[in-house]
Amino acid sequence: MKGPSSSGRGIGLAKWSVSPTLLWTVLLFAAPLAFMLMVSTWKRVRGKLEPAWSLDNYEKIFSKSYLIDGLFNSIEVSLTVVAVSVLVAYPLAYVLAYRVPARWRKLLLVLLILPFWTSYLVRSYAWSVVLGDNGIINSVLLAVDLIDAPVQLNYRRGATVLGFVHFFTMLLTLTIYANLVQINPSYRAAAADLGASRLQVFLRITLPLSVPGIMVGAFLTFVITMGDFITPQILGGASELLLPQSIILQIQRAADFPMASAMSVLLMLTVTVAYFVLARWLRLDRM
Amino acid sequence: MDRIRFDLGWAWLALGYTFIFLPVIVLVLFSFTSRDIPLPPFEGPSLQWYGRIFGNERMVDALVNSVVLAGGSSLVATVLGFLGAYGIARHPTRWEGLMRYVIMAPITVSYLIVGMGLLVTFHVAGIPKSLWAVGAGHVVINLPLCFSIILAGLGEHQRNLERAAHDLGASELQALVRVTVPIMLPSILAAYCLSFTLSWDEFIIAFLLTRFEVTLPVLLFELLRGGSSPELNAAGSVVFCISMSVVLVAVALTLGRRPPRA
Repeated sequence: MKGPSSSGRGIGLAKWSVSPTLLWTVLLFAAPLAFMLMVSTWKRVRGKLEPAWSLDNYEKIFSKSYLIDGLFNSIEVSLTVVAVSVLVAYPLAYVLAYRVPARWRKLLLVLLILPFWTSYLVRSYAWSVVLGDNGIINSVLLAVDLIDAPVQLNYRRGATVLGFVHFFTMLLTLTIYANLVQINPSYRAAAADLGASRLQVFLRITLPLSVPGIMVGAFLTFVITMGDFITPQILGGASELLLPQSIILQIQRAADFPMASAMSVLLMLTVTVAYFVLARWLRLDRM
Repeated sequence: MDRIRFDLGWAWLALGYTFIFLPVIVLVLFSFTSRDIPLPPFEGPSLQWYGRIFGNERMVDALVNSVVLAGGSSLVATVLGFLGAYGIARHPTRWEGLMRYVIMAPITVSYLIVGMGLLVTFHVAGIPKSLWAVGAGHVVINLPLCFSIILAGLGEHQRNLERAAHDLGASELQALVRVTVPIMLPSILAAYCLSFTLSWDEFIIAFLLTRFEVTLPVLLFELLRGGSSPELNAAGSVVFCISMSVVLVAVALTLGRRPPRA
């Protein structure tokens, strides 16, 4: 007889094969983040970075409105995007899961992920063209006489939110759909047999059981929206900045790496708070 | 009542799909315009904007950089993802939960943060910006995806085939190379292709960590500052086609391939 496990033979490949993977993540992900945390306590003196070991950068962020506004704007925009995307995507996922005949479902799902493969930078650009003064939306509204002059749709917060909602409608429809089809159909049938109305079935069975799918999608939406530079930069205009734009500005205009690091740490902390709020639905080690 | 609810559902579906496809259709349609701006009314079709981008040396260089970057970083991410998944699945220890957590951790962080960490570290360490630095970051972001896709495919069925190979005298390495990798090929290819399309389209890490060897998304961002142009539509459509081709190849390989019989 051979040993009880297949890894008992040979050079112990399985025992060590996880090491390079862990090493890569620790050296090029965890260590740089720890280093960034350290640099956030440094300061920039005459163009050079000097260890100061102080929280001055954080103090400055909270005392200057042009720095802290980015964080608040980002949180507001991200929460709006999460709420709107769930409201748009949930009915889509619901119809796909329960109303669409099985033979159409596959085609519709494939169509749903198709726009994912357009570059996300190009998608934002395409929205700026659609929303422009002479874009499709204004042209149609003018043609049907709903408006007399083009409405400014671009370069404001609404345009940023729309650009994000477009992307996350695709993503959330998929995560919620995947969750809905996993719900055992006999639960719904049993509730209906016991006299529940359709609304009751939805509110007492389907909705509570689909919460994990919503939460996973909502968390991904929040993380990506908080950290995205491109969508607000292309669609949002100059009247307000989101946190990623402020960070890039610190790098590009001021070359202030310590300040940019401190702002990045704040961004990470915000996402971490969101993670702990939603932690009971997110099992990272089981993904 | 029933009828109306049914129609509402379909109406929402139609609206949803219109919303999702509107920018894609506008993008592709106006890449064929013969006018100077990508706006209605549509006139054409014309291929002049495609001619313009393929005649543009910077654009072609950026395209090549992007392909090399995506191809190389995805290869590293897939190999590391496979090794990690194989180790976790075949050599369970009490550290398994922690190791999974560490490997999956980068997906909870924005690309911007990954890029900032590397930028600040490389800046202080005096490591110059380059395509290599971007590649290191792309491996970091794609590794969790490759790992989880491949781990999901490493089940008991494969385990039994590996055991059979061992019983027939194969060493662990032989069993890995001649049995495990071939049966896992669909998952491995799916991981590679997904990683490729994500790396190929990634902007912020490439933006932070390159100076001269710009990638296509970074170049498009620079062009965008000059205002909208059908040239951008054409470039965007090309990006879309290349991503779609990679996805189609992945789907064809994954669906068309049956696990070899043992």
